[in-house]
Amino acid sequence: MQHKEPLFHIVRRPLLPWYRAALIRLLSIVISLIICGLLTTMLTGLDPVKVYKTIIVGAVGTKRKVWTTLQNTAMLLCASLAVTPAFMMKFWNVGAEGQILMGCLATAACMLKLGNLPPTILYPVMAVTSIAAGAVWAAIPAIFKSRWKTNETLSTLMLNYIATQLVAYYVVLWENPKGSGAVGVINADNHEGWFPSLLGQKYLLNILIVIAVCIFLTIYLRTTKHGYELSVVGESERTARYLGIKVPSVIIRTAALSGALCGLAGLLLVAGTNHTITTTLAGGRGFTAVMVSWMSKFNTAAMLLTSFLLVFLERGAGEIATVFELNTSFSDILTGIILFFIIGSEFFISYRIVPRTKHSSKEAK
Amino acid sequence: MFDLVSFIPRAVMQGVPLLYGCVGEIYTEKSGNLNLGIPGIMYVGAIGGVTGAFLYEEHAAEMNGLLAVLIPLLSCILASLLMGLIYCFLTVTLRANQNVTGLALTTFGVGVGNFFGGSLVKLSNSDVPSIALSTTSKFFKTSLPFADKFGAIGKVFLSYGFLVYLSLAIAFFSAWLLKKTRVGLHLRSVGENPATADAVGINVIKYKYIATCAGSVIAGLGGLYYIMDYANGVWSNNGFGDRGWLAIALVIFTVWNPASAVPASLLFGGLYILNLFLPTGAHMAVKELYKMIPYVVTLAVLVIVSMKKKRENDPPASLGQSYFREDR
Repeated sequence: MQHKEPLFHIVRRPLLPWYRAALIRLLSIVISLIICGLLTTMLTGLDPVKVYKTIIVGAVGTKRKVWTTLQNTAMLLCASLAVTPAFMMKFWNVGAEGQILMGCLATAACMLKLGNLPPTILYPVMAVTSIAAGAVWAAIPAIFKSRWKTNETLSTLMLNYIATQLVAYYVVLWENPKGSGAVGVINADNHEGWFPSLLGQKYLLNILIVIAVCIFLTIYLRTTKHGYELSVVGESERTARYLGIKVPSVIIRTAALSGALCGLAGLLLVAGTNHTITTTLAGGRGFTAVMVSWMSKFNTAAMLLTSFLLVFLERGAGEIATVFELNTSFSDILTGIILFFIIGSEFFISYRIVPRTKHSSKEAK
Repeated sequence: MFDLVSFIPRAVMQGVPLLYGCVGEIYTEKSGNLNLGIPGIMYVGAIGGVTGAFLYEEHAAEMNGLLAVLIPLLSCILASLLMGLIYCFLTVTLRANQNVTGLALTTFGVGVGNFFGGSLVKLSNSDVPSIALSTTSKFFKTSLPFADKFGAIGKVFLSYGFLVYLSLAIAFFSAWLLKKTRVGLHLRSVGENPATADAVGINVIKYKYIATCAGSVIAGLGGLYYIMDYANGVWSNNGFGDRGWLAIALVIFTVWNPASAVPASLLFGGLYILNLFLPTGAHMAVKELYKMIPYVVTLAVLVIVSMKKKRENDPPASLGQSYFREDR
């Protein structure tokens, strides 16, 4: 053939053994970290070694920083776990932010209005209402989706902002002291509804709960009938119908589970961490969680690692920003760069680039 | 009494960033790419323009009106083009998942915007307290000199800076391009069925790249308009807010037609500021509920459009899927 032949062509790979796939991912993370370091050097004039040192000091430099990093990892992991069942079903729940906020709102309402109940009743009530609030917030778009195929990416997104405004409304109603524009620390004097410290660590209970969620979800997705059904629906709705799976109820059930876990994250944020409510309490975790979950290929252990990596960098970048009086959004830039590399690395796991050879036209036949 | 003459210009000014974002996303989606990175791209477009204008204001002894507009405009276009290229490279060349890439792009873009917006003064060792590009903004806001002479009509139709009219021109031009030209037909076929388009000799990759990058640039202009015209050149972190997401949602509302994006974004611009015009009574908190209106309406529109199930209302068939020629 006299046609010009491209310099290379792309071939789908057979499934790579896990260690080679892991190696490719690791390599992409290393390259992205190098680029992050170079970028920081360019912007701050600091020598690269010191950049990494500052990042490490910022993330795990003191005992307190270690606990905060672990706590933030737990919260991001919780949100990532929450969105996972929905994604496995190919339900793009980008509304985790709003579902977490609804959980926060329900928790804060319980702490403010029912604070004088005995703790044995108060804690269960807080848990139930926050989980229910998140579940309802996710079930709404799921009902639309199952009934009319309404695009869930956009409907869950809009519900984020509706939740944000709802919280803004209650922040004005509950503001304390009046005119401050913020709710302030709830029950600051008697700590009603606050999670207790375990072994002197105020975040330990949060972390233990998230570990429990992690184990529960791994079992739920891998071994239960529900987990099987939702993965079939995700692969092919037609197959699911053929198997006699009730697709609409699986969609609503799974989305509600996803929202329920987000609501739980809201509970942990208000009762276990911040003891107040603001419109930005979810802090973009709902969006980051989407990427964590997807990049981990729905593997809970990989999610733990990815969350830790991202939080570690976020805290480190925060330290750099503080030291150099730069804007704290610096961490978002670094997060973005790392995400680009991990997303891009998937290509090299699924495909192979074959360069042009002299005999390639023969081989093609 | 509802003050229409002051309401409409403000609705227009709110609607224009939405219009840019929406038209940009229509191009992108017509090529089969669902770009959730538009909010980030709009931030980057804005900060690109701000950076250009800031450096020019710092270094130029005397500001030249033409350069004061051209420099931010070009730096905005360049910055948003780069974002479009990142998205294309990841989703088209490397076939990454579009939703995830888009969200990462938004994280990155908003971060870039806020970081440089908050740190530009420090990074350039300048002695101004914050970014306030009032001189550049004045050039962007220059309206027709005779606008005042027409009273209310002049205020409603003629009182805007040139980027407002540019947005309208782009919207109507895009409607014509997509519907009436060969290029538009090819682009739509790429979005509907890339394999078929490929088979008849249309360069799918090229169309996807060009449409998505053009879409990014248009969306980036929305960010530039917001900062230079609406916000008078004053950068505030997260000031642009969630308009980018509304713009993406508007695409469904307009059923992928850039011409209907004009009234749609006007309507949503109006909804966005309706809270300022509605009575609140004794409770200031109600205002926060009013701010919910655009999102509730968008949600309602999404549901209603999906309930109707008309074929013309369907998204491009290959929307959200990467194309791999050998994968058939």
